[in-house]
Amino acid sequence: MKVIRPLLACCAVGLTFMGLPAVALSAELQTVNIALIEYEEDPRYKDNIIDARYQAQPWGRLEVAAKLAIKESRFAAQKKGVKFELDRQSVSELSALPELIQSLEAQGTQYFLLDLPGEGVKQVAQASKKPSSLLFNLSALDNNLRNEYCQANLLHIAPSQRMLTDAMAQYLVAKKWKEVLVLYSESEADTRYLKSLQTSAKKFGVDIVNEKPFKLGNDPRQRYRNNISLLTAKDDYDVVYVVDHSGEFAVDVPYSIIQPRPVVGAAGLVADWWHWAWERNGAPQVNKRFMKKGKRQMTGYDWSAWMAVKVIAEGVLRQETFAPNQLLDTLLDKEFKLDGAKGYPLNFKPWNHQLRQPVFLTSLNRVIDRAPVEGFLHPVNNLDVLGNDRGEGQCDLSKSTASGAK
Amino acid sequence: MNKFFKGMKFGLQASALALSLSVAAHVQAKSGYVFVSSEKDDVVTVFDAKGMNKVTEIKTSERPRAMQLSKDGSLLYVACGDDDAIDVIDVAALKVKKSIDIGEDPDRFDISPDEKFLYASNEDDGLVTVYSLEEDKKVAEIEVGEEPEGVLVSPDNRLVYVASEVANMIHVIDVESREIIENIVVGNRPRRMELTPDLKELWVSNEVGGTITILDTTTYEQTAELSFAPKGMRAESISPVGMAMTKDGKLTYVTLGNANHVAVIETATHKVLDYILVGKRAWGISLNDDESRLYVTNGKSDDLAVIDTERLKVIKSVPAGRVPHDVVVDD
Repeated sequence: MKVIRPLLACCAVGLTFMGLPAVALSAELQTVNIALIEYEEDPRYKDNIIDARYQAQPWGRLEVAAKLAIKESRFAAQKKGVKFELDRQSVSELSALPELIQSLEAQGTQYFLLDLPGEGVKQVAQASKKPSSLLFNLSALDNNLRNEYCQANLLHIAPSQRMLTDAMAQYLVAKKWKEVLVLYSESEADTRYLKSLQTSAKKFGVDIVNEKPFKLGNDPRQRYRNNISLLTAKDDYDVVYVVDHSGEFAVDVPYSIIQPRPVVGAAGLVADWWHWAWERNGAPQVNKRFMKKGKRQMTGYDWSAWMAVKVIAEGVLRQETFAPNQLLDTLLDKEFKLDGAKGYPLNFKPWNHQLRQPVFLTSLNRVIDRAPVEGFLHPVNNLDVLGNDRGEGQCDLSKSTASGAK
Repeated sequence: MNKFFKGMKFGLQASALALSLSVAAHVQAKSGYVFVSSEKDDVVTVFDAKGMNKVTEIKTSERPRAMQLSKDGSLLYVACGDDDAIDVIDVAALKVKKSIDIGEDPDRFDISPDEKFLYASNEDDGLVTVYSLEEDKKVAEIEVGEEPEGVLVSPDNRLVYVASEVANMIHVIDVESREIIENIVVGNRPRRMELTPDLKELWVSNEVGGTITILDTTTYEQTAELSFAPKGMRAESISPVGMAMTKDGKLTYVTLGNANHVAVIETATHKVLDYILVGKRAWGISLNDDESRLYVTNGKSDDLAVIDTERLKVIKSVPAGRVPHDVVVDD
């Protein structure tokens, strides 16, 4: 922590002690652990992937962001007599997760930040269903976690894939780039991603002219799958949408297609839930603070970790007195509001516990637009034009929570 | 009369003279200008208050935002965030005469009633910088919550209130000890503050919360929370930021940011009397001296709206540079 000494001896009292405000020095602070759970073999964090700086992919682990938010929450925590501490834990096999979570629970940890692939989130959720344990999904975009696998104590900070494909579909419709050629891989993850895009396209009126599977590689026998010119030569389209969950194929697509058309999806114009170039809502300050500690730009994944801690801190601040077992009720209260530094007051959708939030449409170094895109309105909350609306999908948690928050 | 008394009598006369001189200095002619800071153009645009014609543009340091006039109106202080400076504009010459090094990213600031100290919030660092205007140097830094915004020195020069947008708190700083003596929880992303003329209430605008928190200045308890519902505007677009109170404290005007309106509130009853449509992202706000006009900067439509406070209608709208932020009226 950067603390500059007062410049005059007579003003030596101008600084507070140890970075903590003087008012509560006397009080004993209760330590509240926040566990950050990681998977050592997480393919998203392989060195070559991180170094490539793919759009809307993590550019480093999330510890820095979580710690930054803990620092920012110190006044709130202190006001309620608590002190947050980050406990970073990892597993080498996803199957080891249930045991880890249960042992941490046994030690009194109640708040878990899950930086895991969808399968890992499922494992943890299976192992911990108590409403007193809060599981924050930081990085799994899988729509099914917000649908058939949804659960009351599982809160999604990262947007769902659907929210991202909805955001892009809105933008394409607003620009009248409605004729879309889709390139997709046949991996399981991209099959689900493609399904999400199809749903969004149908909802907002985007016309998918063709869907073509791609394959990474240079094998000439596979040229109709790995050669970008050949993949994009036959159809007539306004835009190419690359469905590529890893970004490795997509990065080569802009400027390589046969027609002079924009590329969107996993490269070119990309839907993301944070971007270092956003200039409003206090975002530049958040980015600068992150940059100082992390020595790199902040991504959506970092934002998730930062935001999850802020959700906990804001919940604690809005409680009469700190009641960890009731925090879920506080977070789901309809008056609960969060500032995510990207505009709009944020809160959770009561039916699937997904954090409502705007989504950015980004190029490499610019936020081009923010969804909900202007003109896309919702009868209740405009943020609900992104992702599953109430009554849509297979999850309705709004009746099951103790607070009955609607 | 002995010698001692004579001396004292002389002293009294001298101080009476000094007093009348200082009063004379205070009532010196107003410049008749309206100043608007433009975040993206690095200028303060000067208009004549009568005709609202542009007089000139004053080049400043980078990203000018908050502005404040000295009591005698001869100096205009301008916080320039991207140059870590507070520029001091000579109002007679309409030029920046010097630039104060105030630390990283100054956002808002306030000057003590005796004009000895300037308190500035350093947005990036979570600090309040105390700058001695007499000695012309930085004298202390006080750690506060991240993204400190509004700064307000109480008229009795005892307390400094600072809003932290990230901590969602008002920090109360004791002027004497320069320590935080109280942290008050308010709504989400608190921005600006106004004290009622009787000093009993502190009004705080909460940008993301969409409300005004009213605090009792003796107990620091929240006594009321005001919310807004201008017709046709979504709840999520209501983002109160700027506030202006009439001198008698009867009315308070609040800019509602992305809801593009100004709310007119009866201060005592907390009743919203009217909403005035102004422009996109209504932000900075200021009343003129006789309070017949209200000026509002619209950050997303790059203009300044002039409101007739009698009719509560915009009577003029003038271009005011890219992303106009704050407005100061000196008429």
